[in-house]
Amino acid sequence: MTRRQFTTSAAAAAAGFVLTACGPKRLHEMSKDRLKGLIAEMERKYAEQYGTAVHVADTAAMPGVEFAYALDISRCIGCRRCVYACVDENNQSRDPQVHWIRVFSMEKEKGVDFAEANPYYQPKEVPEEGHFYVPVACQQCRQAPCTKVCPTGATWTDPDGIVVIDYDWCIGCRYCMAACPYGARHFNWRQPTIPKDQLNVNTHYLGNRPRPKGVVEKCTFCIQRTRKGRYPACVEVCPVGARKFGNLLDPESEIRYIIEHKRVMVLKEELNTLPKFFYFYAT
Amino acid sequence: MTVVRQFAQFVKGSLRLVWHGNAAYWTWLAFLGVLIASGGLAYARQVSEGLGVTAMRDQVSWGFYIGNFTFLVGVAAAAVVLVIPAYVYDWKPIREIVIYGELLALSAITMCLLFVLVDIGRPDRFWHLLPPVGRLNFPQSILAWDVIVLNIYFAINFIVVTHILYRAFNGRHYNTRVVVPLVLLSIPMAVGIHTVTAFLFNGLAARPYWNASILAPQFLASAFCSGPAILLIVLQLLRRFTRFEIQDEAISKIAELMAYAMFLNLFLHGAEAFKEFYSNTEHAVYVRYWFFGLGTHTTLVPYAWTAVGLNVLAFGLFIVPAARRNWVLLNIGCLATYAGCYIDKGMGLIIPGLTPDTLGEIYEYAPSIVELRVAAGVFAIGFLIFTLMLKVAVPITLGEFHGDDAPEPAPGWPVAWH
Amino acid sequence: MLRRIVLFAAAVVLAGAALYAVGQQPQQAAPQGRPAAAKAEERPEVPPPPFSDGIFPCSACHKDLKVNRTRRVLTDMHTDIDLKHDAEHRWCLDCHDANDRDYLHLASGELVPFEESYRLCGQCHGEKFRDWRAGVHGRRTGDWNGHKKYLLCANCHNPHQPRFKPIAPKPAPVRPTRPPK
Repeated sequence: MTRRQFTTSAAAAAAGFVLTACGPKRLHEMSKDRLKGLIAEMERKYAEQYGTAVHVADTAAMPGVEFAYALDISRCIGCRRCVYACVDENNQSRDPQVHWIRVFSMEKEKGVDFAEANPYYQPKEVPEEGHFYVPVACQQCRQAPCTKVCPTGATWTDPDGIVVIDYDWCIGCRYCMAACPYGARHFNWRQPTIPKDQLNVNTHYLGNRPRPKGVVEKCTFCIQRTRKGRYPACVEVCPVGARKFGNLLDPESEIRYIIEHKRVMVLKEELNTLPKFFYFYAT
Repeated sequence: MTVVRQFAQFVKGSLRLVWHGNAAYWTWLAFLGVLIASGGLAYARQVSEGLGVTAMRDQVSWGFYIGNFTFLVGVAAAAVVLVIPAYVYDWKPIREIVIYGELLALSAITMCLLFVLVDIGRPDRFWHLLPPVGRLNFPQSILAWDVIVLNIYFAINFIVVTHILYRAFNGRHYNTRVVVPLVLLSIPMAVGIHTVTAFLFNGLAARPYWNASILAPQFLASAFCSGPAILLIVLQLLRRFTRFEIQDEAISKIAELMAYAMFLNLFLHGAEAFKEFYSNTEHAVYVRYWFFGLGTHTTLVPYAWTAVGLNVLAFGLFIVPAARRNWVLLNIGCLATYAGCYIDKGMGLIIPGLTPDTLGEIYEYAPSIVELRVAAGVFAIGFLIFTLMLKVAVPITLGEFHGDDAPEPAPGWPVAWH
Repeated sequence: MLRRIVLFAAAVVLAGAALYAVGQQPQQAAPQGRPAAAKAEERPEVPPPPFSDGIFPCSACHKDLKVNRTRRVLTDMHTDIDLKHDAEHRWCLDCHDANDRDYLHLASGELVPFEESYRLCGQCHGEKFRDWRAGVHGRRTGDWNGHKKYLLCANCHNPHQPRFKPIAPKPAPVRPTRPPK
């Protein structure tokens, strides 16, 4: 190797190292210190934008926890309380409207069939005669088609099983939306708007912090709540108690009880996505 | 020093060539310029307001842009239709014109990349795809594969074309040790870019319309129709407006190849339609939406049958040898092929794939004005690049444009490439 | 029609009760045979029973009334109670204890305070009761991995008419629209 070659390759290696170590990276890959700095910057920016102190947490997954969700189809009355609790909790855009949960009205005669489902039902009162309701949000698949297709690795499954998105790394190609069999992913087609007085200031950097336009977002099992031990907002608001949440690895959890005692199903089982969102019939 | 001087000469000469032209040339450039400006303005609006200015929504999250991207990958891949006979079988009449196929491929890939760029929500972050600063999710993401193969294919064609032309400019034969391996590599790469693009859709189990293994072969078949269709028209224009001579035989042979490709295209479409309609599972809903509409949702139906009509017409024309030699019929066939495949791949692939959406909702997508303007702008950029490249390449291949040091080229020079 | 919401607990709140002797303090005399409270660890944390204002303790009125065990239509008091909970087979005193109106009783005769009314409900609705104990029937709030708050059956189901009443849904999502011209 000549001296010149050596110098060139050494310079290239150094440049590579500098770029890799200091260059931009996905948030979960960077050093704790750098993440802290970026989060402080986010908090400052949001505070300025919304005129109130905003907390952005970086709570990590708890060891020994894999979250799962169960929804009692025989119980749900289609009142959409969950939809709006989710919007409030997770700072979803009011205009253009983003709803992470969509509730489908189905005919009892036809069973669970999305071809016959209607998300726009608006009767005076629910439940309607002859109908049942299937709310759908992210199914937090164990074999998630969405994370597989992401060209930049901006979405992945965290150790507790929550499929998360790095809003600062997503390029907005929407390949994940094409890949998702559950319509769970939503794109910010315009600048999202949240009224200042309605902002939930308790946020997580992979969850409900305000999003920019041009990126994809979705349900995170209320990562900002559940990683601190709380139930997701939709679980707590459901007036009929149709929504259940817990740790799949804990034999005493509600989720395990449901799987072991009830008739359970997942949506589009044939796609082998292995959802961690179960639908069950308690009666 | 000679190298620098030669290159300077090449650049200066190219600029002079590009800068001089007749009224038709300038009118054409002005036309493209207007489209580009309009597209630029529309794109500026899209960037500032967000993709909400398009008609895409969560229910139909890809549309016209990705449709055009897919179609143009096919056009780019179709260069191989010319490369195989030219280089592998050393068939003379086509080898003369193969370089134009490669120039077309270059323009097409440029358009592809632009269509992807205008489709993404955060174009400011495109560098997230570029390692080492960015991160390419390879090999999991087929989009990562597509980024790689498209760029390699672009690079191969770029090197081959510039090498051949620049050598020719200097009156030298191209370096076989550079060109032949690259050209041979470009053949699987051409198949590769279109296969990978097909797999991009094919791999999504969420979308049964795309999740059919017939998709990749069908992509290739339709690409081998539409790519040459453009080329045949371009070649005829060249023949008309330059001293460039192209043998009738070459054009007729390409048309014949198109007939076979179109047969395959129709056959594969037919096979797919049979499977969908005869088995009549719930997955047939997407084909039904395309051909017959669902209830009152019938926006795409006229497009579907227009595409079928045009493709059948093109096949009928190209399969008859006499029709291939009739210039009027030939051009009608080319236009029919182009339009048929364009509708089929632009509208017919993307939109029914997403309609109804995964939860059964029907949102009837059709491109918005902004999308049409941006797309027209991207096409104009592609055609502009193609035009300018031709403006330089044609005189080189005719021996009209060469360096001072170049020996006088032999008449019929391009033929004597080997 | 929505799958019938399973009838839950029998009478919890005898609350609607007659209360014309307003202001009278209940006597503290504890009758014999009152149960010891359920063991602490078995007792889930529940909110107070949803009594109507001023209705409890029932003994405030009932202690001076003669027990009338005849099944009949109430005309003087509790006329607001329209029993739709297997009314054909059941009447007030099947759940409310005739001798000590501040308590309910199980089929065995064991007295049950209103705070533990779920035990009474669970007599008939055993599966629901087990699901409820497991956190699967009914709404729960709090921490998934720690302190959980239950609701009493009666917090959601009116014991006299346990069936859920239809409610107005929140607004439907807006349909996707093309951009304005």
